[in-house]
Order: sequence, then C-alpha cells, then structure tokens
Amino acid sequence: MSTLAVHDHGVVHHEEGHEHHHDTFITKYIFSQDHKMIAKQFLITGITMAVIAMTLSILFRIQLAYPDKAFPLLETLLGRFAPGGRLDPNFYLSLVTIHGTIMVFFVLTAGLSGTFSNLLIPLQVGARDMASPFMNMLSYWFFFLACVIMLSSFFVQKGPASGGWTVYPPLSALPKAMPGSEMGMTLWLASMICFVASSLMGGINYVSTVLNMRTKGMDLWKMPLSIWAFFLTAVLGVLSFPVLVAGVVLLIFDRSMGTSFYLSDIVLNGKVMPFEGGSPILFEHLFWFLGHPEVYIVIMPAMGISSEIMSVNSRKPIFGYHAMVYSLIGITVLSFIVWGHHMFVTGMNPFLGGVFMITTLIIAVPSAVKTFNWLATLWRGNIRFKPAMLFAIGMVSFFISGGLTGIFLGNAALDINLHDTYFVVAHFHLVMGSAAIFGMLAGVYHWFPKMFGRMMDEKLGFLHFWLTFIGAYLVFFPMHFMGLDGVPRRYYAFTEFESMKQWLSVNTFITWAAIMSALAQVAFLYNFITSIFWGKKATQNPWEANTLEWTTPIERIHGNWPGEIPTVYRWPYDYSKPGAEHDYIPQTTPLSETMSSNLPHDFEDNPVGLAEHTKWVNTHSNQEVK
Amino acid sequence: MGFKKLIKSKKILSLLAVFMLTGTNLVMAQTAAAATPAATDDKSVMWMGAGYYVLLFLLLCVVIAIVGKILKVYDLTRQMQGKKELNWNNLMAVICLVFLLFGLYGAYWSFTVQGSMTLPEAASAHGVKIDEMFTVTTVITMFVFFVTQILLFTFLFRYKHSDKRRAFFLPHNNTIEKIWTILPAMVLTILVVFGFFTWQEITNSADAKGDRPSLNIEVTGHQFAWELRYPGKDLKLGNVNYKLVTGDNKLGIDFKDRNSFDDLEADTMYLPVNRSVRLNIRAQDVIHSCYMPHFRVQLNAVPGLPTFFKFTPTITTADMRNRLNNPDFEYLLYCNKICGGIHYNMKKVVRVVTEAEYQQWIAKQKPYLTDALRKEWNMPVAPAAAPQDTTASQKRLALNN
Repeated sequence: MSTLAVHDHGVVHHEEGHEHHHDTFITKYIFSQDHKMIAKQFLITGITMAVIAMTLSILFRIQLAYPDKAFPLLETLLGRFAPGGRLDPNFYLSLVTIHGTIMVFFVLTAGLSGTFSNLLIPLQVGARDMASPFMNMLSYWFFFLACVIMLSSFFVQKGPASGGWTVYPPLSALPKAMPGSEMGMTLWLASMICFVASSLMGGINYVSTVLNMRTKGMDLWKMPLSIWAFFLTAVLGVLSFPVLVAGVVLLIFDRSMGTSFYLSDIVLNGKVMPFEGGSPILFEHLFWFLGHPEVYIVIMPAMGISSEIMSVNSRKPIFGYHAMVYSLIGITVLSFIVWGHHMFVTGMNPFLGGVFMITTLIIAVPSAVKTFNWLATLWRGNIRFKPAMLFAIGMVSFFISGGLTGIFLGNAALDINLHDTYFVVAHFHLVMGSAAIFGMLAGVYHWFPKMFGRMMDEKLGFLHFWLTFIGAYLVFFPMHFMGLDGVPRRYYAFTEFESMKQWLSVNTFITWAAIMSALAQVAFLYNFITSIFWGKKATQNPWEANTLEWTTPIERIHGNWPGEIPTVYRWPYDYSKPGAEHDYIPQTTPLSETMSSNLPHDFEDNPVGLAEHTKWVNTHSNQEVK
Repeated sequence: MGFKKLIKSKKILSLLAVFMLTGTNLVMAQTAAAATPAATDDKSVMWMGAGYYVLLFLLLCVVIAIVGKILKVYDLTRQMQGKKELNWNNLMAVICLVFLLFGLYGAYWSFTVQGSMTLPEAASAHGVKIDEMFTVTTVITMFVFFVTQILLFTFLFRYKHSDKRRAFFLPHNNTIEKIWTILPAMVLTILVVFGFFTWQEITNSADAKGDRPSLNIEVTGHQFAWELRYPGKDLKLGNVNYKLVTGDNKLGIDFKDRNSFDDLEADTMYLPVNRSVRLNIRAQDVIHSCYMPHFRVQLNAVPGLPTFFKFTPTITTADMRNRLNNPDFEYLLYCNKICGGIHYNMKKVVRVVTEAEYQQWIAKQKPYLTDALRKEWNMPVAPAAAPQDTTASQKRLALNN
C-alpha cells in the first residue's frame, strides 16, 4: 500500500447542526460521558500505568542480572528502598507485586477492556452511546482513583504491598510479617475495591449495551467477534469480580478487626497470635475464583480484537465464525470451574486437584480450535502487513507458545515440580502478558484513526513490532528452562544457591533483552503522541473494513452517526466474496445490492430471500447459457 | 530530477557520517570521563554513567530517524525515476520468514544448550513417573508448537498481499473444524487420564499392607528457616500445639504426649535410600512451600493446615555426585512460596544415604526434650536412665521391623 497516495474520497462533511452541545473543557475532556472520550481516557491511563509497570520490571530485572553490583543512581532515585545503590529485598518483592498488579488489573483489564469495549461496543453494534453514560464515566473515575491509590503506596514509609500480586494471607494479613504488609497492603486493598467497582460498572454497561442497544438488523450472529469477546469478557467480570471483593473485605477484617477468616495457628517471630479456626486456603479459593476468570478477562478481548484485525487484513472472512463464538462461550463457562489448578500443591484435597486437572485440560480444546481457525483464516488470504496485523499475528504466536506450556501446568502431576518456578513465569507472561498486550497494541494501531482521526506512522509501527516481538521471545523463552531446573520465582537473588548460579549469565541476557523491548516502546509512545497531533489525516474507512464503526464520520461526533443509525444486513466478514465489486462489502450494504455475490448461505433464516436468490441465479445462468 | 535527489541523499549520508563521528567522539569522551574518576565517590560520576547511556540511546534514535529519512528519500527517488515504490508489505513478509528461520534455530539452540542445564534425572520413585509424563507431554506439545508456528509464518510469507489476486472466500468448513476439535480433545483425554492416575498414585497416602511403614519426618517452615524433627525409637512424632511455643520449645511440641519424648532435632535432612518417607509439613507464620525439585516433591506449608507428602528417594547423594560428576552436589529443600524479605535464602541440605549410614547418623541427633524443657514441664531430669532405655527400645525397634 502506498502511504504517499492521498485518499480524500469518503470524507463527508456532516454539518447539519446535529445536537450542538456546548461542551466546556471539563465536560468534554474530564467528566466526559461520551463513550469515545472515556475510551481514550482509559487508553491513556492504561498506557501510563503500563509504562510505570514496565519501568518497575526493568528495575527488578537489573537486580536479577547484577545481584552483586551497586548502582548509586538507584539510591538517588529510590532513597531508602535501595540503600547503597542495591535494591532492598523487601522492595524487590514490592516491585514484583506492583508490577503484577498493575499489569494484570490496570493495564490488561481496564486498559484493554475499558478502552476497546467502550470504544467499539457502541460503534460496532450501532448505538449512540453506552446504556448508561453516567455510570460509564463513574467507571473511569473509580479506575483513576484506584490507580492513584495504588501508586500512592510508593510514598508511604514502609513501601507498597509486597506479598505477590496474589496477596496470600497470612503474609498479607499480618502487618508484622513484612514491611509491605503494613500501610502499603491497606492501600492495595483499598485500590482493589475501587478497581472492582469500576470494573463492575463498566461490565454491566457493556452487557446491557450489547444486549439491548443493537441497531436494526444486528442480531447476535451478525456481531463482529470483537463484540462477542467484549460481551463475554464483561459477563465473566460481572460474575467473578464480586467474589474478589468478598475475599478482600474479609482480608481487611482479618487485618484490622481481629477476625480469623484466613488465620489460624500462627506464631510470628516467636509470638503466639490469638487467631484460631481460619484457613488461608479459603482466601486462595476466593482469589482464584476471580483470578482464573481474570486471565480470560485479559486474553478474550485480545482474541476478539485479533480475530477482527486478522480478518480485515487477510481480506478473508474469519474462518469458522460460529466455532469462534462457541469456543469463546466454552472458554467463558469453563473458566469458572478451573480455578483449582492454581492450588494443586497448596494442600487442598488431592481428589479436588484431580477434578480441576480434568476441567483445566478441557479448556485447551476451545483454545486449540481458535488457534487453528486463525491459521485457516490466514491460509490463502491476501495478507496486508499493517502494524495492527503484525501485532495480531504476534498475539497468535505468543498464544500458541504460551498456551502449550499450560498443558504442562494444568497437569497436576507435572505441576508438582513446576509450580511457582520460572516455568510458570514464562508461561503466563507469554500466554496472557505478551499475547494480551499484543492484542491491545494491535487494537491501538487499528482503531487509532477512529479514536483520533489521524493515522499512526507505519514504519515506526514495524520497528516497534519487531523489536518487541523478538524481545519478548528472548526474555521469556529461556525462562522455561530455568523453571525446569527448579528455579523459583520471586527470588531476590540467585546467589545463595550454588546450583542456580549457572543461570546468572542467562539472567543478564534476559535483562538486556527486556531493556531492548522496553526501549522499543519509546518508538510506540513517540508514534502515539505525535500522531495524535501531527499524524496523517485519516480517511473514513482506512482499512477497507466492513464493520459499522467505519461508517461514522471522521469527526467523531457525539451520538456517533449524524443522521439515522445505519441498518445492518449481513455479517461483518464478507471479504473477497466471489462476484463482488470490491474485496469488501460493509455490513450496511443490503443483499439486494450485491446480487452477483450472494450465496445461498446468506439466506439461512430467510426463505423469501432464498427463493429470490435462486430465481436470480437461475435467470442469470440461463442468460449465460443463451 | 533524479540525480538532484541523489545529491540530496548523499548530503544526508554525509550528515549521518558526521553525526556518527561526533557521536562516537562523545561516547569516547564519556567512557574516558566515566572511567577515570570512578574511584572517587562523586555524585557527578553516577549521573555521567546514566547520562552516557541516555546519550547513547538518543544517538540511536537519531540514527533511526536518519535511516528512516534516507529510506523515504530513496523511495521518492525511485518513484521519480518511474520505478516501483518500496514494497513494505513484501519486506515484512520476508522478515516473517527470516524470523521463522532464526526462531527455529534459536528454539533448537535453547533446547540443546539451556535444556541441558535443567534438573538431573528424578531421584525418587514417583519422580520417574512424573518425568515420563513430562517427556510425553513435551513431545506432543513441541510437535504442535513447531507445526503451528511454521504454518503461521509460512502462510504469512506465502499469502502476502498482491493486487493481482483476491483472497479465497472460505467462511467455514465443518468437516475440518470437527477434525481439529476432536483431535485435540482426544490427545488431551489421553494426557488427562494418564495425569489423573499418576496424580492419584502420587497423592495416595495409605501405606500398602505388609510394607514397612513410612519414615515420618516433620519439616516446619517459619521466617526464614526450616526446622526438622525426626521421631525417636518409637517411629512416632509427638503432637504439636502452636500455643505451647516458647523460647525453648520453638516448635510447640506437646510433651504430655509420650510419643514426643524421644523426638530428635536435626540440622540436615538425612533420608535413607529406597525407604518410603512421609514428610509432615507445617508452617508457623505464613505460607511457605516445601520444594525438593530433585525428588519432584513440592507441597505448601500452610499455617493451621498440616500437610504431608510421601515419596521414596532412590539415588543416594554419593551416587548422584558420581552420576553428575560434581563432587559438591547436594540435594536441597527450599522455600518456593513468597514468604518475606529473605525468601530467596531459605534452604536445607538434604542427604540421601544408605540405611546403615542413616542409622549411624540418627543415633547422633539430639532430642528436642532438653533439660530446660524438662524443668519447664515439671519432668524429672534423668540423663543417667537414658542409655538403658535406648538399648531396650532399639531391640523393640528391631523386632518391629
């Protein structure tokens, strides 16, 4: 594709005076109730949090690479958290904890779902806005509050929470157990409650918008896969996040009101504690009842976005649309009954472990179906390598690499030796970390024109993709082997074990690969920020896609469509249909306008249409015979 | 027009050269500056070091920007000469293929080099089964890994965009979809069934009838160490109650229970080879995880929830040292669940020895019931009676076995 050619067609100016709001700066950019603006707020907050979490990861990677070296600069920057230029072991754990929390919740849940559900649900189902714009605004501001509280924990005396992102009690419940379990942990819990409130308000909105506000003709089976993914993600979130709140509230009681929900038989530093009758395993159950659906909350939007982008850029319908939807539904349902695979070695009844192993390995089937369908979508396609497409492909590659190691970890017997080692770190960073972030980046590159009316620079996108893609593999691939050597995660240094010293050089390598990938993000940030202001002006449908959002004007007006909301006549994947004029037919094109490309399949629930189609085909084939 | 552009691009090239020169100059100066006053503890040095890397990065950005501009100019020049513009799409397709080749080689290298740095063969009876399962799973998943990744990247190269053709309109194919739903389902069923039975076998806690009873050992985790307790001649561990923990009785052993009288304290975990061991796992403060990777043993130590893991070590430490050709090799027990600041250094050495060596060693271990504790529990301090007692119980022990 030429980037020099100027596309000016398709730019239609709608100045009919449709709903002229007199927005002030505050109602337009801050307390906005427009879903597109809220999406941008989520995106920019998400990116900011991602940069922070990435910086934290670089800090602890430096510690792992050079455990014996002092960096005076660290002391200048971090003060008492890095005495003598070396990270404090407790602060190392804080970094790991906050990196995990921010990445999982703030970036890959709110930043991903929040951005793209908000942006795309009304645009792709054909609605003027969300079902409840006010609640949508609240959802963002609760998220923002959660971010602020989480980050503020860096400024308390004893540092942020440091019990790992899973905050298992008693470590997190006993303020004396580690410095991070004091004020930092309180802030973590407060932040998480705000976050869940945000997530619930968002989720309820997404579900009700998808169910109630679809435009004429947009039945469920005409929705793009991205909408299916956002919808099911929201359902998952609405059903599982409240359980986390329950767990967190009980933990707050244990911490500050002397209850014993999670605590029993505890002697801390030689002092017998009065707790009796609780069980830490209870918290693990409550946590993972959210925690496991959470990883699907993270990956399913990425899957939906990638499916959409791969179809558009392969110029080919997504292969097995129904199978894709059913596998998403299958993943959604199954994800509620697999949480126990995080707990095989916690001392939970081994029989339960066996059951969870079975359900866990079943979930691999819909995941495999999705992967094969993506491959089949590429097969005999006409593939355009836009940055968005590359990131979607990267998502598939990571999903395969990381998903396969899940078969090891889902097997209770194998998990005995792999649990909590670097093998797990490698597994989830590939399958949910990298894959989901690639889905998110793919979405940013793809819908940037819809968000900001301008295009991002393609070449910088290529550079960003290859550096990040290669970097992520260099970082996480070797970690599998560390795990197979029994190297545990969350270790401050590998210097205390003779057998782990062989991995020091690998650690140095991983750190430099991580630094390279982190620096590659500068290309993205530069591209993102400059393109908002000075990017090439976008055309109305820059990717020649079928979905509804590309029928809206470039100006991104309040209410999305200047006139009536368009009616939908077909599924969103009519790419390269034989007999069609172009290699794409937007959803708004009635079948009557595309007689030459209609297939009997298009009239499955429409006998009248089918009869007409057959008549048309007969007359035309007769003409050809004559 | 064409050569004008050429001159322009030459200008840019020379500009690049100048940048590179000044750049290296700067870098050289920085390294020199950073190297000389390193000894003096000066704040400026620290900033210089960081500044040097920042500068290096900025330089890299400038180089990338210049390369970008050159490419753009080159592209324009070609267009002015009436040639085709640079086809980025094809370039990306080629890079995909190159990535695939390098990636395959990298994966192969990683498997051979780093794969050989992983744990040695399992040193326990059930560990061998786990390793077998691991091998089977690895073969299956790696086959899928290589096939799918190769397909993914070759499709990208093979079906790159061309204006001359259209993609093949293929919305679905039920037959092939059924195949690739059922096939993974079958493979996974096999893995699940094997995994399930292996898991059941490993976690099966009852001693088989007629077998020698398992050796009970208690391991208790606290911040940041493991405590070991061996049973005495009676082969039974006494009860524990956390409320009894004092300075002397750090495990909270209940000395009202007669079984606890002869319980022994140990520094290193000695295990007799080929004898079933029942590891009783406890935690006092927070969750720890008792991880012995060489034996494929791991179970969390949870306060308030005593757990156990039964296994049979099969290779002695001496034997393993020979096999690995590493005279310093030790089996280890370490903590594998985040438990606080010193989590990274919470270990115990484990030695697997022959039965005779084990008996020799256990005879030398000190009992938990010290004189101080006897006083605390109002028990008679009678060290003289001990030797006679031991011989009698040893006889009983022999009869029992």
